[in-house]
Parts: sequence; structure tokens; C-alpha cells
Amino acid sequence: MRFRVPGIAPSEITPPDAYFGRRAFLAGALAAAGTALGRAGAAVLPPRAGMPLAFTQDAADSVDALVHAPNQNETPNTWDQITQYNNYYEFGTSKTDPAEYAGQLQVRPWNIAVAGEAEVTGNFALEDFVKPYALEERIYRFRCVEAWSMVIPWVGFPLARLLQQFKPTSRAKYVAFDTLYRPGQMPGQRVPVLKWPYAEGLRIDEAMHPLSFMVVGLYGRVLPNQNGAPLRLIVPWKYGFKSIKAIVRIVFTEQQPLTTWSEAAPDEYGFYANVNPSVPHPRWSQARQRRIGNPFFHERQDTLLFNGYANEVASLYTGMDLRRNF
Amino acid sequence: MADTPNPPRRGLTVERGYRSIVKPIVFVASLVPLGWMVCALFGWFGFSAGVDPVKFLELENGKTALDFILLTLMVTPVHDLARHLQLLRLRRMLGLFAFFYALVHFSVYVVLDLDFDWHMVGADIVKRPYITVGFTALLLLLPLAVTSTNRMMRRLGRRWTRLHRLIYGIAALGIWHYYWQEKIDVRMPIRYAAVLAVLLGYRLLRSRWLRRMIAGRRGALTA
Repeated sequence: MRFRVPGIAPSEITPPDAYFGRRAFLAGALAAAGTALGRAGAAVLPPRAGMPLAFTQDAADSVDALVHAPNQNETPNTWDQITQYNNYYEFGTSKTDPAEYAGQLQVRPWNIAVAGEAEVTGNFALEDFVKPYALEERIYRFRCVEAWSMVIPWVGFPLARLLQQFKPTSRAKYVAFDTLYRPGQMPGQRVPVLKWPYAEGLRIDEAMHPLSFMVVGLYGRVLPNQNGAPLRLIVPWKYGFKSIKAIVRIVFTEQQPLTTWSEAAPDEYGFYANVNPSVPHPRWSQARQRRIGNPFFHERQDTLLFNGYANEVASLYTGMDLRRNF
Repeated sequence: MADTPNPPRRGLTVERGYRSIVKPIVFVASLVPLGWMVCALFGWFGFSAGVDPVKFLELENGKTALDFILLTLMVTPVHDLARHLQLLRLRRMLGLFAFFYALVHFSVYVVLDLDFDWHMVGADIVKRPYITVGFTALLLLLPLAVTSTNRMMRRLGRRWTRLHRLIYGIAALGIWHYYWQEKIDVRMPIRYAAVLAVLLGYRLLRSRWLRRMIAGRRGALTA
């Protein structure tokens, strides 16, 4: 399935309406073709951003791809909105820097190191790394700690599936992730606004939760670099900065790993960073959010506990003081 | 200065030049940021406000207000260097534009960002220190704008000068407000602060020079 497609032209991008119409059709076709392609299917990752991806609409692990929530605009954002407005400090701190500079990042070849408290560890080429998993689409709400939000159709596979392959031991209490460090191609890393490389982590039960998702695509296409290609995490009930991009290293640890933002400003960004309207950031309120794509005069909408995924994930935090463990 | 009565002069005096040429140009130029933001909002002439226009308007109007505050503070040093330009004549207009952009900034926040949720506006002003600081700066600008007319200047006399020294504090509060809302990359607010430090530092040195000059051999000189 290797064919060449030049860089993606705006005319090539399917408008959201047409995209979701065609997707329903494709899903039907895939279902008709039988489950061989669906469940056991091997993910094939075309080498360039914007190339079409084959995926099934069946969400694995019986998770509804979009968990609906009240009073939320759930219309997915457009390709342009999702790819032109990014926080990705490796390419600069302005929202438009990633779209401008991420093109220079070489995402092939790409290797991922797995280490720590697991039976299987080592270095893996990206293609082998993702091959065992059927790709599926999930439309998730995305809430940034800066109080803006989007709704995004990701393509990927459950993180739990991936982690189970490495047979984590009983000492694996946390999973830590690192972003690529390559200042030559990531100009933002030449400026010490944050400690590089970017590091994030999850408690193992959070990582194993069926909503935690490894992403390789967007809108049915290979993920653009500015969105974290070739491989990123999405944890939809946490603030966006937890969803680490361009992953090169995964480590199972016994101790809670250090994470970049909580190291940079410990009283402002915690390890958990669960979306919570009643726990304000020390400097601003988190009660509401500017929903990108909403009408100009009504950009704001309410923020929901766990970003509207409370039914699914609240049990992970039973008995925890969410104010202290922000 | 007024030893002999000025004969009525024809042609371009500084006064008339400012009134008919310089001031209109500066006025129009001061509206350029607003025009640019409107173009960006509607996507005219290839300008773009990005996908979060409310944030764009908040940030750009706020920064433009700070730009104008710093411009008003630059008038004095430039005037010292080149008195014949009579730049002081522009200071009121620049100051009023600072107030104008600060007001637009605040209106965007109240109308577009918070959707007229006055309860939330109040809560923000009380509970969010960076908003408290910014709001204070805006409130302090208000008496300066109100007393900017010739009549008020005459009426207040020396008190006018004292009142308008508030601008030093306002500038500091405004930049502090900008600094405090940044997530982590404070390079831009630091640049603003550096410019302000130079401008205020100049005033400190200047008053010291003046005092020394007054105390020195040219005892008759007055500031």
C-alpha cells in the first residue's frame, strides 16, 4: 500500500459534513467486508502526513467513540482549526508556530524505546510498533488548560492494547512518556521556556482506561506533524498538555514520574490535570471555555467535570481530593 | 518669549502644521491597529485572526494599549532631544488612544469573552489577581482621560501634572497584568518592562540632572 501523494492541498481536505457522510458509508463497507479487517487488522501507516488511513469505525473495548455530554457543541472542528491552532512549544510558543515550523520535522524513520518495569522492553520501529492494532476513529472533546476547547476526530488505537503487549510487571505503577528531543528540527527546543525533552505520565490504571488513546491520524488521514505526528497520546478527560506528542520513549515506573509542566510550575499544573470546572487554575477560572468554532458572540460554553467523561472515569479517583490532586 | 507681540503670520506655523497635517496623520496612523484587527476578523486582504478571534482581539487590543502608553512616555525624552519638533503637542492624542484600546480590550473581555456575565466579571476582578491589576490600570486611566481637555488642564493647574504622573504606575500595572496572564513564556512582557524601565530610568536621571543644574552655576534656570 505504498503510493506517493504530494503534500496535502486544501482542495484535498474533505469538508467535515462530506467527511462524516462518507465515513458512515466506509464503515458500512468495512463491516460488510467482514471482521477480518476490523478487529485483528494490521495498521498500515503511510509515511506522509495527510495520506489516507484505513480504519474501522468500530470502537474497540465497547467505548462509544463520542461520549455525549449535555450542553456541549459536539460538532467536530474543521481540519484547518485543528491543524492551525496548536500548543506545541517544541516549535515555538505561538499558536501558529507549529503549523509554520513542524513541516521540517522528519518523522521517518521513527523509533520508540520501551523500558522499565515490563517483561518486554527494547527499541521498536514505528511501523512494527503500531502494526498489531486495528485503527479506529474516536471523536473526543479536547480541553486545553488555557480554557479553549475543540472536538476532534482522532484515528488510533487504545493505549491499553499497546501497553499490554509489553507485559508490565506488578511494580509498574505509572507509565512515563517522552517527546523527541531534536532541536535541529524543533526550533522551540533551542529556547529554554520548558525543560526538554517534554515528559508526561499517567498512573497505570489511567493509562489502561479504555478512553486513553494512541493517535496516529486525524480526519481519516495520517496525523500532521503539528498535531504530534507520528505518534501521540490523547487522554480526553485531562487538560491537553497531558496528551504528549511525538512520543519516542515509554517507561513503566514504580514512582510517579516527573512531568514537564508540573516541574515548571508545580502550584499551577499538577500531575493529574483532570478537567475540573470547580478547581480553578491559580490565575484563571476553569469554569467555562472558549469553544473554538462557536459563533463569535457565543464562544463560551460551560466546562464539564472530567471534560464530560465523568461517568467513564470518575471511579479512577474515588476517595481522592481533586483539589489537592489537581 | 513674548517680548514683542507676535505679528499675524501667514504660511505654515508649527501650530498650524500640527493642526492640519501632523495630527490628522497621527490620528489615522493610530487607527491602523484597529483597522488591521477588523480586517483580520473578516479575513480581508489576507489578514487572519486565527481560529480563536476572541482571544486574538483581547491580546491585540491589550498589547496595543500598552504600545500607546509606552509611546506617550517616549514623548518627553524625544522632546528633550529635539525641542523644535514640539512633540508634546501629540502626547494627549497618544494617551487617549491608549485609553481607547484599553477600553476596547476590556469590552471584548466583557462582551465577547464573558458574554455579559457580570457575576463572572466581578468574580474575575476580585479573585484573579492579574485581572485585578489590569482592571485597576484601566480605572486609573479614566481620570486621566477625563482631565485631558484644555479646560481641565487650566483648571487643575499644577495638580494636573501631579495627577497625570499616575501614568507611570498605570504603565507598570498594565505590563504586570500582561506578564501575569502568560502561561510560561514571558519574553514579550519582559520586553515591554525593559522599555518601561528605560523610560522611567531616564526620568529619574533627568530630574537629578535638572536639580544639579539648578543648584549649580546656572542658578537662575528653572525647570
